[in-house]
Amino acid sequence: MQEMIINRLRELLADGEYAGVIGWAQGETPFDRTPNLFNAEGLDQLRYDSFCGSNLSKYLVQQASKTEKKIIALLKPCDCYSFNQLCTEHRIDRNKVYVIGVGCKGKIDVEKIRKAGIKGITGITEDGDLLKIETMYGEKEISRKDVLLEKCLACKGKEHKCADEVLGESEETCSGDKYAAVRRLEAMTAEERFEFWRGELSKCIRCNACRNVCPACSCIKCVFDNPNSGVQNKAAADDFEESLFHIIRAYHVAGRCTDCGECSRVCPQGIPLHLLNRRIIQDVNELYGDYQAGESIGQRHPLTDFTLEDEEPSVIDTRGGGK
Amino acid sequence: MSMNQEWTPKIVAFCCNWCSYAGADLAGSGRMNYPANVKIIRIPCSCRLNPMFVLRAFQRGADGVILCGCHPGDCHYSTGNYYARRRMTVLFSLLDYMGIERGRTRVEWVSAAEGAKFAATMNDFVKTITELGENKKLGDLRCKK
Amino acid sequence: MQKIGVFVCWCGSNIAATVDVKAVAQALKNEAGVVFSTDYQYMCSENGQAMIRQAIKEHQLTGIVVCSCSPRMHEATFRKTAVSAGLNPYMVEIANIREQCSWIHKDIAEGTEKAIVLARAAVAKLHKNAPLTAGTSPVTKRALVIGGGIAGIQTALDVADAGFEVDIVEKSPTIGGRMAQLDKTFPTLDCSACILTPKMVEAAQHEKINIISYAELESLSGFVGNFTATIRKKARFIDEDKCSGCGVCTEKCPSRKGLDEFNMKLNKRGAVYIPFAQAIPNVAVIDAEQCLHFRTGKCGLCQKNCSAGAIDFEQKDQLIERKYGAIVVATGFKPIDASAFNEYAYNDSPDVVTSLEFERIMNAAGPTKGQLIRPSDLKHPHEIVVIQCVGSRCTEDKEKGKPYCSKICCMYTAKHAMLVREKYPDVKVHVFYIDARTPGKNFDEFYRRAVEQYDVDYIKGMVGKVAVEGDKLHVQGSDLLNGEQVHINADMVVLATAIEPDPTARSLGTMLTASMDTNDFFTEAHPKLRPVESPPAGIFLSGVAQGPKDIPETVAQAGAAAAKVIGLLCKNELTCNACVAQTNEAICNGCSQCEKVCPYGAITYEDKEIRSPEFRGIRRIATVNEAICQGCGACTVTCPSGAMDLKGFTNSQIMSEVDAICR
Repeated sequence: MQEMIINRLRELLADGEYAGVIGWAQGETPFDRTPNLFNAEGLDQLRYDSFCGSNLSKYLVQQASKTEKKIIALLKPCDCYSFNQLCTEHRIDRNKVYVIGVGCKGKIDVEKIRKAGIKGITGITEDGDLLKIETMYGEKEISRKDVLLEKCLACKGKEHKCADEVLGESEETCSGDKYAAVRRLEAMTAEERFEFWRGELSKCIRCNACRNVCPACSCIKCVFDNPNSGVQNKAAADDFEESLFHIIRAYHVAGRCTDCGECSRVCPQGIPLHLLNRRIIQDVNELYGDYQAGESIGQRHPLTDFTLEDEEPSVIDTRGGGK
Repeated sequence: MSMNQEWTPKIVAFCCNWCSYAGADLAGSGRMNYPANVKIIRIPCSCRLNPMFVLRAFQRGADGVILCGCHPGDCHYSTGNYYARRRMTVLFSLLDYMGIERGRTRVEWVSAAEGAKFAATMNDFVKTITELGENKKLGDLRCKK
Repeated sequence: MQKIGVFVCWCGSNIAATVDVKAVAQALKNEAGVVFSTDYQYMCSENGQAMIRQAIKEHQLTGIVVCSCSPRMHEATFRKTAVSAGLNPYMVEIANIREQCSWIHKDIAEGTEKAIVLARAAVAKLHKNAPLTAGTSPVTKRALVIGGGIAGIQTALDVADAGFEVDIVEKSPTIGGRMAQLDKTFPTLDCSACILTPKMVEAAQHEKINIISYAELESLSGFVGNFTATIRKKARFIDEDKCSGCGVCTEKCPSRKGLDEFNMKLNKRGAVYIPFAQAIPNVAVIDAEQCLHFRTGKCGLCQKNCSAGAIDFEQKDQLIERKYGAIVVATGFKPIDASAFNEYAYNDSPDVVTSLEFERIMNAAGPTKGQLIRPSDLKHPHEIVVIQCVGSRCTEDKEKGKPYCSKICCMYTAKHAMLVREKYPDVKVHVFYIDARTPGKNFDEFYRRAVEQYDVDYIKGMVGKVAVEGDKLHVQGSDLLNGEQVHINADMVVLATAIEPDPTARSLGTMLTASMDTNDFFTEAHPKLRPVESPPAGIFLSGVAQGPKDIPETVAQAGAAAAKVIGLLCKNELTCNACVAQTNEAICNGCSQCEKVCPYGAITYEDKEIRSPEFRGIRRIATVNEAICQGCGACTVTCPSGAMDLKGFTNSQIMSEVDAICR
């Protein structure tokens, strides 16, 4: 797969039509794959394997506007949604990007392997659905599907929604009801929900990793960084400061969030931030009809739209969930 | 407010200029009563209400926030309240999901002719908030003396 | 730092009875930025205003807070006061301590405490105020009327009579519209052509009116007072300046396959034709699809016979670009397609006709020269059934019919019935109806005459089926009043079909960013108070394009639209709303969300060079047209970065009020 991609990229980069490739390179730790801009010489460094979970579409906002030439982007099926959404919002000029859809059968969450009790990992090899893990304490095995990234469990399908060409095979890895966690929360009492979220959000250290990785959070300047906005980022002096940040963040991406799950993936504190966005997605789908942000370019999202017959806000009082 | 005084709720009411603010004025002209802890902020249209303002009010110590606008179909700007309706539905639902008491936020459509409805709405809202008690979940505790 | 003056009004005892005004004035002295605070019996009185003016000068105030009645009452007054003392009018804030305080509360302590909070909120907001200046924009003193029916003609005449230039763009070869096709008009039964054609002539001869026929609006840019329209004048293959309308070409034309649109396609016409005798412009037009010259390259008989040399087979579509100050939509209607109603055998028998077809049959200039004969065998009918509400008030099948009442059918049906009975007393007329809706001056009297004097058989109920049986039409319906099934063997069936907006309306609405309802009728800016305006400024509505109406209503609305146009065009420049949205270009993402929620189409995007700490280079930026923005603020909430803000109600102003109230 990686070989195939590199060979194809060598062909494409040969005649200088493209400014480069946005892809993944080896990161600081063995299983870390970090976004990188490659030219023809550096292609040896390109990595594509089961650890390339990160969504590269946001990097195109900057890169694609820097050069006159087109740029090549490697996008997994789920990354395409973010790419389309950014094109819809005119943050990426579709004509300046050549999208290679890369095959994906779900990406591995090394953290999950560690949580499964496997420590001291030195190497991971794949054997079909089985992962063989070399550790300092000997070789262990674990089922691949048990350690997929959280976002792969909400996989939107194997189709690349924007690719100019596709390399490799994809598989859908969705594990049934992606709203199950949202429903579990809904079933709690209001007090339990409050305790859950206060517990989670109070872990927030305001490192802004979620914001920086989020393809929908692509503002030139975030309101929380703007001294004139009145809500500028301040030292977390009270326990509501983080909640305010995360509520507003979820609200700002409402209708635009493609549910790529990057926010939770990168959170160093392990806060399940995607559960905020997913709840909004669930609400919007239930109240205003099914909508998938980034399905195609040029969509009008539900919060910039309305029908005369929309439900009143009081509908929340009568919908399911614990009170 | 000192601790030994009886607690009364703080209510912020955002009213659109064309219908609800006029409805509130009419409640006054008709000498209808509602509690003094309701304070009105005039905005041009219900669609001007940024969720940030709602959260800010709670953060600074409000116990309830209500948005009043023209009835759907009567918006001075034709479509503003339709957007407000979706925005507030999504916001309130998210707050509910985060365990904030449902009753603390409300949207009510009040026309310029509905002075009585305005007063009744405020009376009812204050009653709801009084029953819910002080807003402890959303506040910046430094603001509560 | 602002220097703020606070003025607390007693409003006699209206405020002073439940608010300790002196305590309020005193308390406000302690607010940051307040350098002067006082109270007075009547702030709005000349003395009160003089006090404000003096304080502004004496203390060099940068802004004032008046604690008084509702801003809806005296905000304008105090703004003027401020202006007369050299302050910007938007440096005035009102704390509403009467309607929203003293009149609501009975307890003085409570009222006073609340008044202080409201005054503090006003002071807090004022700290964030900035002087605002309303922009102005020039007005092109010319109107464009889209549609040359009675609505468009009337609007054009009224506007032109006031001395302004008007262009009428009509998509068909002649003006006149639907009214020209009518035989008689209710409730007076005067001949439609007799009252319409003089108006058509008047429009044609008016020195201020320019009729652009056989033309459509191609594109529109700009905004109120400053529209630029591109009009596509379709090739009619006749030189309009040369053609005298003699009609020789129409007689010589060997093609006879074209369907006569004016006569609802009941008869044939030549490939070169003049729509009807009184057409304006009285100029022929060539139907290229039917013309033998265009089809085979031969013929050219018309060209050989035209003594004026007006035939021009080489003519091309022409694009005309002109500037306008106002646009009037008068696109009118068409009857719905009756072929969806096969239960009434419309597709099976030529003797089942729509009302507009019937109108042509009854008309002396129509396909039968005004004789009432059946299209199938040209025999005189003896029994006619009219079915009302065909496609109107149809809620169950939206594909087939319309949910609304078409409003005119009850009246024109009574008219048809009466005309038939008057001219041919031997013909029986049955009318199936749901309700006979006849509000309007002399309308009910008219309907009753049909029933009482002309003995028209009104049957309350709907028709289930019309079946062709030999040369008869078997009509089976229900009589709800007598509770029985009715069977009539009719010679002709007339379907009173619903009317719908002209098919061009939807695309036109998109072009004008004018909102439309689900039925494609144009929506008015306010359903009661601004019935002839479309939400985007400078676009006006005339006639059925806005909703079903009859001729008198159409003419009245056309006049009303004209009055609005005149009111706009007589200004040399427009003063914009000062409280409009504004982009902070340094942080605008150009994401296009704000544009989607703007009801007025006031937001566009431009690539601009940006130099800010975050970004240097060319970027797509939202731009608000101040002449169009009405200041609702929908865009501001859609903007995640807060780049879009509303002057006079900025994020920081509202947030300051929130903070002051929650303090």
